[in-house]
Amino acid sequence: MKPIVKIESVGQEFPARAGRFVALRDINLAISPGEVVALIGHSGCGKSTLLNLIAGLTRATHGVLLCDNREITGPGPERAVVFQNHSLLPWMTCSENVMLAVERVFGRKEGKAKLTARVVAALEMVHMEHALDKYPHEISGGMKQRVGIARAFAMEPRILLMDEPFGALDALTRASLQDELNGVLAKTGATVVMVTHDVDEAVLLSDRIVMMTNGPAATIGEIVTVDLPRPRDRLELAEDSRFAAYRAAVFEFLYRKQLKKVA
Amino acid sequence: MSAVIAFKNVGSMQVAEVDAMAILPIQTTVSPAPTFMEIAPFSAQEVSPALGRGPGRGERLVHGARELAKTVIPPLLGIALLLGIWALVAVKNNSIPGPMQTWDAAAKLFADPFYRNGPNDQGIGWNVLSSLQRVGIGFGFAALVGIPAGFMLGRFNFMNRMFEPVISLLRPVSPLAWLPIGLLVFKRADPAATWTIFICSIWPMILNTAQGVQRVPQDYLNVARVLGLSEDKVITRILFPAVLPYMLTGIRLSIGTAWLVIVAAEMLTGGVGIGFWVWDEWNSLKVEHIIIAIFVIGMVGFALEQMLLLLAKRFTYESR
Ligand SMILES: Nc1ncnc2c1ncn2[C@@H]1O[C@H](COP(=O)(O)OP(=O)(O)OP(=O)(O)O)[C@@H](O)[C@H]1O
Ligand SMILES: [Mg+2]
Repeated sequence: MKPIVKIESVGQEFPARAGRFVALRDINLAISPGEVVALIGHSGCGKSTLLNLIAGLTRATHGVLLCDNREITGPGPERAVVFQNHSLLPWMTCSENVMLAVERVFGRKEGKAKLTARVVAALEMVHMEHALDKYPHEISGGMKQRVGIARAFAMEPRILLMDEPFGALDALTRASLQDELNGVLAKTGATVVMVTHDVDEAVLLSDRIVMMTNGPAATIGEIVTVDLPRPRDRLELAEDSRFAAYRAAVFEFLYRKQLKKVA
Repeated sequence: MSAVIAFKNVGSMQVAEVDAMAILPIQTTVSPAPTFMEIAPFSAQEVSPALGRGPGRGERLVHGARELAKTVIPPLLGIALLLGIWALVAVKNNSIPGPMQTWDAAAKLFADPFYRNGPNDQGIGWNVLSSLQRVGIGFGFAALVGIPAGFMLGRFNFMNRMFEPVISLLRPVSPLAWLPIGLLVFKRADPAATWTIFICSIWPMILNTAQGVQRVPQDYLNVARVLGLSEDKVITRILFPAVLPYMLTGIRLSIGTAWLVIVAAEMLTGGVGIGFWVWDEWNSLKVEHIIIAIFVIGMVGFALEQMLLLLAKRFTYESR
């Protein structure tokens, strides 16, 4: 299948006090439509930097990024982002937050009733229809994250970019949101690039795990292809030897080959 | 003039903070008397004593009474101290009327605050109202100019660097120094006084608005970029609500300064107004009236401040 995202010898440098700081070098990756890719690596290696490049929030200093064979020069509605800290606008209700995105993408073609239906459908997908008229400060952290995901999905993006979407949550909430996300992905068939620190999460959700070397000048170290059938059930997988093997491979990379020396 | 403001509770930390609050024992925090320039839009948060299960009812009553005493007694003591010192000074110095004497004069004065005997002899009510009117008009124009200017300065770095030296140069100038220019241009005293109010109100408005725009969290701007919002949507849906608390701080500082300045300006220009009234009473040596005016000016200023604090609270999105 033709890749939907192509990253070709991309490097990223930042201006630093002493010359330039090389964050990323020589990144090459092709992502197929419908694929779920996890980016994993030690803190500070450049995962967010890479995700921001795909989102178009920053421009690469070397190489090119392509989406649908067109160079990525800025953000676009076909690439929705779920931010690490949900980033809901606190002065709008949950439905208004989602509406802001929906209006932008479909406002030209569709009437008010249809737009509202989209908002409600998106919030129903993450089981948040009870919070339509609540403000973000009135709902829990996990709920906010769900609304953030609903906002991204409501745009019907071709690619969903998620930066540690469940990073700030407790283990139980995290597990239920992972299952929810798996369900949503099965329904929508979206392409996903997702940054995570959590090895289990990477194996459970993704088709490929892209493991990055430590920075500075980080690049892709190894890629594990997760060949587990979907839908995936976390309880069944817990006893599956293949699951354990994938997990072990990622741990091996992170904690033997790329062990981070704590300063 | 930079009121230091922090966006609190933005992001997922909020939940943890709210939970922590729920565990705290009952307590009513009294927000300290707002001082000039110091209050940030979010600082006036009282801890609500809402708690489900707590100590028993009797215990709670005792606790409540103690809290009430804690909030009521110190301010009363402060006022008593002020009256005491005043009375003492009045006893030592015959030209200064004491509290009782002033009270009697005030009773007479406020029996008919809205009389009119020609342009130069009007009730104290009219004087206060016309001062407020000048403040309102001068401030209104300042807001009309200052808020958009603040947005421009905050949004465009070039503008910021262009106007920074100008503002730094003009801001420390007492607005009264601009009064002669006002007289020259407007030819009349009344608009000249309004003009000084305009000058003194505009700086806090520009600077606070600009600072608010600069401090809009990058996250929100990233949301705008990812959604691809148009510039007018960015302004109305993201920048304006995010900057509103800062703007209200600017407005509060402006009105506070304006109320300080109007008294001095009116002393110089004459006409009807509380500042002029003070001067007039001085000329006829009615010292008790001057003391009354001081209290009236203080109370009106306090009321303005409280009104704007309430307004700020209303528009602080977390407390809605
Ligand atoms: N705007 C910037 N200017 C300078 N250096 C930057 C900038 N953004 C990121 N960096 C540097 O690039 C490196 C990678 O940062 P990045 O945020 O991508 O890490 P990360 O893998 O997402 O880490 P974490 O898992 O902790 O979120 C870090 O060393 C960081 O200091
Ligand atoms: Mg990161």
